[in-house]
Amino acid sequence: MTDITCKLLVIGAGPGGYVCAIRAGQLGIDTVIVESTKLGGSCLNVGCIPSKAMIHVAEEFEKAAEAAAGKTPFGLTVSQPVLDLKQAVAWKDGIVQRLNNGVAGLLRKAKVKIVHGKARFRDGRTVLVETETGPKTVHAEAIVIASGSAPVELPFLPFGGNVISSTGALALTEVPKRLVVVGGGYIGLELGTAFARMGSTVTVVEAQEKILPLYDAELTGPVAKRLTALGVEVLTGARALGPTAKGDGLRVETADGRERSLPADRILVTVGRKPVTEGLSLENLVLDMDGRFIRIGERCETAMRGIYAIGDVTGEPMLAHRAMAQGEMVAEIVAGLPRAWDKRGIPAICFTDPEIVSVGLSPEEAKRAGHELKIGQFPFAANGRAMTRHGEAGFVRVVAQAGSDLVLGIQAVGQGVSELSAAFGLAIEMGATLADIAGTIHAHPTLGEAFPEAAMKALGHALHI
Amino acid sequence: MAERIIKLPDVGEGIAEAELVEWHVKVGDVVREDDLIAAVMTDKATVEIPSPVEGEVTWVGAEVGDTVAIGSAIVKLKVAGEGGAAAEEPAENQSVIPGQAEGLSPEPRTDAPDRKGAGGGAALSESSSALGSGPFAGAKSRNDGGGSAAKLVAPPPPKAAHAGTAPAQRRAPGEKPLASPAVRLKAREAGVDLRQVQGTGLAGRITHEDIDAFLLRGPEPARGGGLVERSAVTEVKIVGLRRRIAEKMALSKSRIPHITIVEEVNVSPLEDLRATLNRKPTPERPKLTLLPFLMRAMVKALAEQPALNALYDDEAGIVRQHAAINIGIATQTPTGLIVPVVKHAEARDLWGCGIELARLAERGRDGTATRDELTGSTITITSLGAFGGIATTPVINYPEVAIVGVNKMVVRPVWDGTGFVPRKMMNLSSSFDHRVIDGWDAAVFVQRLKELLENPATLFVDI
Repeated sequence: MTDITCKLLVIGAGPGGYVCAIRAGQLGIDTVIVESTKLGGSCLNVGCIPSKAMIHVAEEFEKAAEAAAGKTPFGLTVSQPVLDLKQAVAWKDGIVQRLNNGVAGLLRKAKVKIVHGKARFRDGRTVLVETETGPKTVHAEAIVIASGSAPVELPFLPFGGNVISSTGALALTEVPKRLVVVGGGYIGLELGTAFARMGSTVTVVEAQEKILPLYDAELTGPVAKRLTALGVEVLTGARALGPTAKGDGLRVETADGRERSLPADRILVTVGRKPVTEGLSLENLVLDMDGRFIRIGERCETAMRGIYAIGDVTGEPMLAHRAMAQGEMVAEIVAGLPRAWDKRGIPAICFTDPEIVSVGLSPEEAKRAGHELKIGQFPFAANGRAMTRHGEAGFVRVVAQAGSDLVLGIQAVGQGVSELSAAFGLAIEMGATLADIAGTIHAHPTLGEAFPEAAMKALGHALHI
Repeated sequence: MAERIIKLPDVGEGIAEAELVEWHVKVGDVVREDDLIAAVMTDKATVEIPSPVEGEVTWVGAEVGDTVAIGSAIVKLKVAGEGGAAAEEPAENQSVIPGQAEGLSPEPRTDAPDRKGAGGGAALSESSSALGSGPFAGAKSRNDGGGSAAKLVAPPPPKAAHAGTAPAQRRAPGEKPLASPAVRLKAREAGVDLRQVQGTGLAGRITHEDIDAFLLRGPEPARGGGLVERSAVTEVKIVGLRRRIAEKMALSKSRIPHITIVEEVNVSPLEDLRATLNRKPTPERPKLTLLPFLMRAMVKALAEQPALNALYDDEAGIVRQHAAINIGIATQTPTGLIVPVVKHAEARDLWGCGIELARLAERGRDGTATRDELTGSTITITSLGAFGGIATTPVINYPEVAIVGVNKMVVRPVWDGTGFVPRKMMNLSSSFDHRVIDGWDAAVFVQRLKELLENPATLFVDI
């Protein structure tokens, strides 16, 4: 058994953990990071990055298929496209691999020691790591738990066989003919849409009354419309009951209480993610929990001095960029700098078709918080760039406080609006007022022009509507 | 669009006028039905005035601190209704903007046309210069020049009004300070709590300059190194409850020649009894403070000296001795001193007094006490608890004739004839109206209270 002593130990090299370690290294902190699988966590290996690669493949394929069918309004035709999903997955794996290596390189550059293995707490200062070459003991002054999250499994629909998680869906080498997606949240819809665009017959089973329950109906409207156009059947208010007797489909109870069998080659279960707290021997610590999550304060500190937790293991929103910001902050705190969580907004994006982006408060949330509101909405149908990209669905919406004109939230739905999250996030974080946004020149012709127009609309003088 | 005038409603108790203590709206705000528009204060209670209709505020008829007659107009609303008159509306709006900035006189009706005559020009230059930035002023002049779409007309007034009155907004308690990430970082590194920094930017945004200014002359000048001279004068308008308190105190001190007696009381036995009673609290018999015991003692002592439980109408030259013992309890609230009244203490037992006291204190603190709960006292207790000092000179709650002040309890060595023993001692500082209460009677009363409190069993036997 070998012993390692360090100032900071980070458990989990996902986006939260590795950013924390890099920043700590930059600050001259003697840092060790432990990872049981590949560097980069869910995000890089089985989440954000690979899913975006496959969504891109699906988009390209659908465009080509549309052109082959002579459906483009601009007269482009091609011969029937053929997708080699095996090659697409290999291409995706290549990107992931490059990024894995990139993370390893960045950690090395920051002089962070990487230990591969499963970490287990012995006490609040000591962690045992089972490595390939035997157990190692790591003593650290500060420990960051960044163990992330994993897909939730349904007890009556365990993963295996044709029941797959998002991880399984990203590794499929054949496009399933019939795909049933259980769970109409953003993960299910992103992947469901991608497979529909690649030619699968997709059915989405959502227990709640609407898809993407976290967003309002105005935002999800264009997505629902597009799903219909793609031939995706969406069963809302429906409950998955279990596999059919022959295992060739899914039994569901529909909203009207009747049982129905949905034939399926694959059943993709995306009903949420749960924090990874098992296997860490957290019982050897005295942490306060928040349900299944580790309870943290505004400095990501847990109930135990010197132990921090960041990312998905600390609760919603389970987003990589939240974890990264927390990781960066904790590294600085460990370095003795005065820091605390003071972010105004965490952007959330849904890479469906069209995409949805939301930063700050929705109109509903703002109302509930007791604000009097001014809301401005500008449709992409009135935006030149959207027209020339042949994607006019959607809009940008700005939610501001009446009186002060302080912008409380910004939402958009439309093709490619995910990139607008940069501008939206900056506006919220800088505390922009409607006049700040309306008074900023936005380049023409871009989708971004819809942003100041929405602000001007809220001020009562939109120009192009 | 139609205009709707909201008048100050009859707030009850035959009151002819009330003081406006708070505006919940300003010109340009849109109010919904039942939204609160203002608060007025009558003798002691604050009354919230809701809006009977939905509409946009175009005019407010008083300033905070003004006394407003019942039935006079306080707010004008632009409400949905018969069309037309759209052309006049912006002019109407503009006439109000300077009014708000300068403070409207209480006779708005004669006032408004004048200002209208003075016209958009003055108002405009004022609001745009106060704002110091283009867009709003620009939008404004566009309206004037073009008389363009009615849609454009609506938004500017609140902006201009806001800019004219308060460029630096105050944050509601608990509201997060608004600052860019760089400013937040700068504040953290400098050890500045942004919640204490006033933002001068639009929407109350805290700027780099605000942090610099705060560091230079903020509440912690030591941080900037050395001591700094300060010459600022902060004007605080005395309105509402504070003004009532001021008037009442001045009246009491100018009319009543006070005589104050300070006496020490050994409360060790009383404290032992209290501890015993508090051992097993129930909802019907909650934990008791010392005050219910004092109230019991006062009830007993006043039964023997009814002249002290009285109101002296010095105009009429009559002292009215009350059979009811209604004990006012001076209570500190965030807005100032109020005196909720425990009615008929003579008919309440120890816990009855305690429960009523707790209920009133709670209602007093959260501002929900009714007028009835705040009036009608015949004698008053003032207690500052641990801050009570060793002696105070309580000011009589006019037109009462006596007030009992409770000082802090401390353990003191007391000579018991053979040695010093530790005793819980507490002083009572009581003031009396010397015009109608002689020193002798006052002293008898104080001695009786001391006797009762030092022998707590006597509080509960009829002798």
